[in-house]
Amino acid sequence: MTQLPQSTDRKLGLVIDLDTCVGCHACVISCKGWNTENYGAALSDTDAYGPDVSGTFLNRVHSYEVKPETGPAQLIHFPKSCLHCEDAPCVTVCPTGASYKRTADGIVLVNEDACIGCGLCAWACPYGARELDATAGVMKKCTLCIDRIYNENLPEEDQIPACVRTCPAGARHFGDFADPNSNVSKLTAERGGMDLMPEQGTRPTNKYLPPRPKDCSGEINTLAPLLEPVATDGKGFVGWLDKMLSALPGGNA
Amino acid sequence: MSLDEPKIDLSPKVSDEIRKTTCYMCACRCGINVHMKDGKVAYIEGNRDHPVNRGVLCAKGSAGIMQVNAPSRLRAPMKRVGPRGSGEFEEISWDEALQIATDWLAPLRETAPEKLAFFTGRDQSQSFTSLWAQSYGTPNYAAHGGFCSVNMAAGGIYTMGGAFWEFGQPDWDHTKMFVLFGVAEDHDSNPIKIGIGQIKARGAKVVGVNPIRTGYNAVADDWYGITPGTDGLLILSLIHCLMKAGKVDLDYLAQFTNAACLVNEDPDSPENGLLLKDKDGKPQVIDRRTGKRAPWDGAGVEPDLSASYRYKGVTYRPVFHLMADKYLDEAYAPEAVAERTGISAGRIRQLAAEIAKVAFEEPVVLDREWTDFRGKTHKTMVGRPVSFHAMRGISAHSNGFQTARALHTLQILIGAVETPGGMRFKPPYPKPATAHPKPHCKVTPGKPLDGPHLGYPHGPADLCLTADGAPARIDKAFSWENPLSAHGLMHMVIANAHAGDPYKIDTLFLYMANMAWNSSMNTTGTMNMLTDKDESGEYVIPRIIYSDAYSSEMVAYADLILPDTTYLERHDCISLLDRPICEADAAADAIRWPVIEPDRDVRGFQSVLCELGAKLGLPAFINDDGSQKYADYADYITNHIRRPGIGPLSGWRMGDNGLQDGRGAPNEAQLDTYIKNGGFWLAHVPEEAAYYKPFNTAYQDWAVKLGFYDAPQPYIFQLYSEPMRRFQLAAMGHGDRQPPEHLRERILKAMEPLPIWYAPFEEGLVDTEAYPFHALTQRPMAMYHSWGSQNAWLRQLHGMNPLYIPTEIWKKRGFKPGDWAKVTSAHGEITVPAMEMQALNSKTAWTWNAIGKRQGAWALEGETSESSKGFLLNHLISELLPPRGDGMRWANSDPVTGQAAWFDLRVDINRADAPKASQPHHPPIKSPVPQAPKNLAWKTKS
Amino acid sequence: MHPAKSVIIFTTLSGIGFGMLFFIGLGMIVPEGLMAFIWFAIAYLFSVGGLIASTFHLKHPERALRAFTQWKTSWLSREGVLSVVALLVMAAYGAGLVFLKTRWAYVGYVGAILSLLTVFATSMIYAQLKTVPRWRDFSTPLMFLGYAGAGGSLMTGQVDYALALLALTGLLQLLNWMRGDGALGKSGSDIGTATGLGTAAQVRAFEPPHTGTNYLLKEMVYVVGRKHAGRLRILSLLMGIGLPILLLLAPFGHMLAALAIVSHIVGVFASRWLFFAQAEHVVGLYYGKR
Repeated sequence: MTQLPQSTDRKLGLVIDLDTCVGCHACVISCKGWNTENYGAALSDTDAYGPDVSGTFLNRVHSYEVKPETGPAQLIHFPKSCLHCEDAPCVTVCPTGASYKRTADGIVLVNEDACIGCGLCAWACPYGARELDATAGVMKKCTLCIDRIYNENLPEEDQIPACVRTCPAGARHFGDFADPNSNVSKLTAERGGMDLMPEQGTRPTNKYLPPRPKDCSGEINTLAPLLEPVATDGKGFVGWLDKMLSALPGGNA
Repeated sequence: MSLDEPKIDLSPKVSDEIRKTTCYMCACRCGINVHMKDGKVAYIEGNRDHPVNRGVLCAKGSAGIMQVNAPSRLRAPMKRVGPRGSGEFEEISWDEALQIATDWLAPLRETAPEKLAFFTGRDQSQSFTSLWAQSYGTPNYAAHGGFCSVNMAAGGIYTMGGAFWEFGQPDWDHTKMFVLFGVAEDHDSNPIKIGIGQIKARGAKVVGVNPIRTGYNAVADDWYGITPGTDGLLILSLIHCLMKAGKVDLDYLAQFTNAACLVNEDPDSPENGLLLKDKDGKPQVIDRRTGKRAPWDGAGVEPDLSASYRYKGVTYRPVFHLMADKYLDEAYAPEAVAERTGISAGRIRQLAAEIAKVAFEEPVVLDREWTDFRGKTHKTMVGRPVSFHAMRGISAHSNGFQTARALHTLQILIGAVETPGGMRFKPPYPKPATAHPKPHCKVTPGKPLDGPHLGYPHGPADLCLTADGAPARIDKAFSWENPLSAHGLMHMVIANAHAGDPYKIDTLFLYMANMAWNSSMNTTGTMNMLTDKDESGEYVIPRIIYSDAYSSEMVAYADLILPDTTYLERHDCISLLDRPICEADAAADAIRWPVIEPDRDVRGFQSVLCELGAKLGLPAFINDDGSQKYADYADYITNHIRRPGIGPLSGWRMGDNGLQDGRGAPNEAQLDTYIKNGGFWLAHVPEEAAYYKPFNTAYQDWAVKLGFYDAPQPYIFQLYSEPMRRFQLAAMGHGDRQPPEHLRERILKAMEPLPIWYAPFEEGLVDTEAYPFHALTQRPMAMYHSWGSQNAWLRQLHGMNPLYIPTEIWKKRGFKPGDWAKVTSAHGEITVPAMEMQALNSKTAWTWNAIGKRQGAWALEGETSESSKGFLLNHLISELLPPRGDGMRWANSDPVTGQAAWFDLRVDINRADAPKASQPHHPPIKSPVPQAPKNLAWKTKS
Repeated sequence: MHPAKSVIIFTTLSGIGFGMLFFIGLGMIVPEGLMAFIWFAIAYLFSVGGLIASTFHLKHPERALRAFTQWKTSWLSREGVLSVVALLVMAAYGAGLVFLKTRWAYVGYVGAILSLLTVFATSMIYAQLKTVPRWRDFSTPLMFLGYAGAGGSLMTGQVDYALALLALTGLLQLLNWMRGDGALGKSGSDIGTATGLGTAAQVRAFEPPHTGTNYLLKEMVYVVGRKHAGRLRILSLLMGIGLPILLLLAPFGHMLAALAIVSHIVGVFASRWLFFAQAEHVVGLYYGKR
């Protein structure tokens, strides 16, 4: 059904910390590895070893430079995958009902058996979250690892999306945004988690934590007293040293 | 209305079983869970129990599936049938391959074993391959450290018995400020990512010093876009500021370093600049309790940082006084170094002030008692929680050794080594340079070498020279050109062998080293050297044996190919004898084991060496009756005894009363036990031994128990380096062994016993107006040197590499998006795709290393982006610096260690129209493996 | 957006086909017997042919029947349903004219309206997308309807209507271009809002997530050169609007009429090609392509 649920019991999604992502692409490949093997059709690569290689990935890491008013340019590594929007345009445009948003947890999924590969949902998504697999001819997207998060064949600590489990820097967090005390809700509140392209009206569930202010140290001012000289040359230093050592008790700390 | 949703199986089967082993997509050695379905590898993720990665896994590790099924995998031993470089081979049997190798190597061993040059590249089995080479009797063996990061390793070990990477780590739990110098995706990969994430989450500060602001430097709170090659100057300026302000840990310096040792100040003495020692050779200090001389490690001695001493007409001053004289000089003031480093004086002071604040106003004090080697009991452990990490960015310069020493000096001055929040060594380190072997090079035909190849010289007497003072090794390691070359100089082997300087060789035997491509400087030149023939029409380097798992560019240049397995198809030991996976809080080692069996006629290289070693009758590889000692590598791992009770793996060894750790007899079931335990073994460092490891009796005793050494080896940090001074003295004309004339001045200048900075050599030898810019490479996080392009997933991330040009140059030289760049150096010229970058030092361009590939290699089809747009910066770099006034050409290396000075490169950059392909472009090589499939839709059927 | 041939053919031909059915259903022409059959054949050739062409765009055409189920939310589904209903109604109307030589006027009117709504639904598939600001404009459905009407009137020989509709459509086309050219800029979506990292002036795309191409770039980040686009626009106006008007103003002749039709169709193809090729999808912001 491509009608959006009025509300969902839970709002599962991800928090992506742009202040901690080091751009290693671990999430990209672990997602590829998990999903080519599990939910739905394999994630193919065409001309895999040739000049025109192109493959289906559900999560990709961009990078952007930001030139602030003052200070040096910054570089931000930027992972992007389906944001499991509350007002998902990709769901309503689908003609077959293959694209749907689950009432239980808000995850947006593709029922690959019903997908005719028209591509309209990918056109409707501002974020490029959907890629049509060239070999399978169906639309692929982040499943929020629906085949992991409830999977009783996995130890409880592993019932999280593959990308979250693998992120070495801990820049990805998974949880329930409908619960104000969840990890993702708290992080969003503490760090000012933001929506991507909010003017598109999609009401994304995934939130991005903005980079913390950088290069604030600037030139020395408040810490200047710490570097007050005790001497200006070797001789003076030795004199200071004598004073310091004679002030010490007979044993060191 | 109810929305009908399809029913999904929420608990699908994940795998039939999980096999735990160690990753080998890079040298980080993370533990991995390999999920199997129907006997095939279905999915790879991190092992949560593993001490290195604790469940996380980077892009490379997760892409392991595409590595073990890469079409570029070699399939059988091969014999060259076309000319070298053509890629024309015929597949042969192992019997034939081993026979050929034996026929080449056996007679050579009897006559001139030094003519076998055996060098290993990206492997980690040095304690095994060195044994083989030693048993063969050639002095010409090393691994790749000489072109990797020997400056970092040697700088650390000579100074404090440990360094960064696998020797040490930040105290992630307690550090409050973490400063990275010259770090890209350099080891220690995942642990650094984990650490950075953790400390940022708890509010610690991360500072990145690197001309390029990617990766760890992108998430740094402060970024210092330093001019390449000037990190040492920045560090010495920080030292200047801190010493000048008295912000140094005097207690720590007095007790745990040689700052209180006494330096001979008599200019006429042959011991000038060496430390005062007693008749037992022990360096002396003045004891504050008595005011008299005492050995540095005397019971209860309290070394006096301030006392001078006069003895037999010679004045001795403490090292610390010399340091004060040196570093308080205004030449190291921030104003004096700002322009060179590209960091303003204000920011340098700010950094120094922040270090001082965290170190001295926010110490971490642990309520733990410990006893030092002088018998003194300390009530608490006082930590100065500023930690550091540095890698190739400071190492790959001709001033890298001194820079590394400078950084360690900074750490030690503020008391941040082996204290809470600072740097911690990983067992079996710390081990001072004096506890390491010295290098050996004595050749006896038909017999083993007289000891291990690589080591740590302490003076001219330890150099590897022939009777007439010439270098004994083909790479000239441990010679006057680079005395402390602890890891050898692999990057000079081919050039020296080609030139016959110091001599010609017969057989070049390489393992996992892409010397005919990205691992060499002067790539085209190197390829020519490998194919050059002499007047008689024979190849200048007569025979080349190469072992690799994949169809790399080097394969085409070998005469005999011994195909290796992939990492899921083999045994390996990540051993305490070698390069283990220890953490600061635990000794650990690990294995790899065949999770799948090879589906082609390949064998693990080490197993091949076991067989070849037996065929050649190498003593370490045969039993007393001459039969083959080790059936394969697994047999060696289990049964080899290096020293009494010490084998490659420390876990679950056989004791008198059952299994024990560290020392013990071989245990047949050892490998199985490792497999059951997730592929690794751990022994926790007792809490009271966790810090002050070099001085802490609890740690020293534990280290002996585990077999790292046979008796406690406490020592103090060597701020002042006597080995360096001894070489200076020889250059000045003292002693029996003295350097050749043309090297005296250089040794005098470069081997200062206290850290200094000098400009990178290239700067003094090229016209810096003609080549005003710097050019660097970084290793990307999703590729590991030349591995990665044969991987269908990873190559989509980095299928080509542009030259990133800073905005200032981009605008000045009129670049537009889509333009290419012509980059010239004193050595060569390249034309490559270009891209603008803002977050970059304004005089530095850079690219990702090793992405460019040669057409025909790695089973890639046709003119891929790797071969038509990708490129190597290597073409601009020569292994020899431009000629000096006297016509001599020095190696493009650090004069102390011989480390390849990749990042000294100076270039000019101009706009160019796009050629058909990046230049220089090399003709395709014939692929020795069959064509790759066109499309992939990877899913194991189940 | 990648100008997929199948989609261009689909919207052009089906637009003309349903435009024809509109005029036929309104009774602008009332053929009987064989003539009726021929007229309906042509109209169905265009409309059904267009629809069939659209299925070539699908990767799983065998599941195409499912596409009729989500008419409650999906314009594509509505278009499917409406087109089938319109064709069935017009088939009934046609059957009456062909076999019974009877005109059921109200069936015709219903069919005409359904045909119009079909074209409208087709245009809404594109106009609904906030992600392509150029399309999301009132001028888009009006322009589609205009082209359908102009083409339909041309095909059914309604000269006066054709002249008026061609002129109107020409104006609507210009309006759609003018409004479209500034649409992305006015949409409020830029690299700043896409990343949340700053203003559009401060943020710049650096390394792409992959060095080669992928589905998103091939499908949604298609770049056509400005000069090329300019030339095609002129061509489209001349062939689609200008020349047909001129030919219609000339005294009637079958050759000229045929020429006018052919010229118009070429013009519409060009216009439709540009409609897709120049459409900027906001996902391109992530690749720094805007």
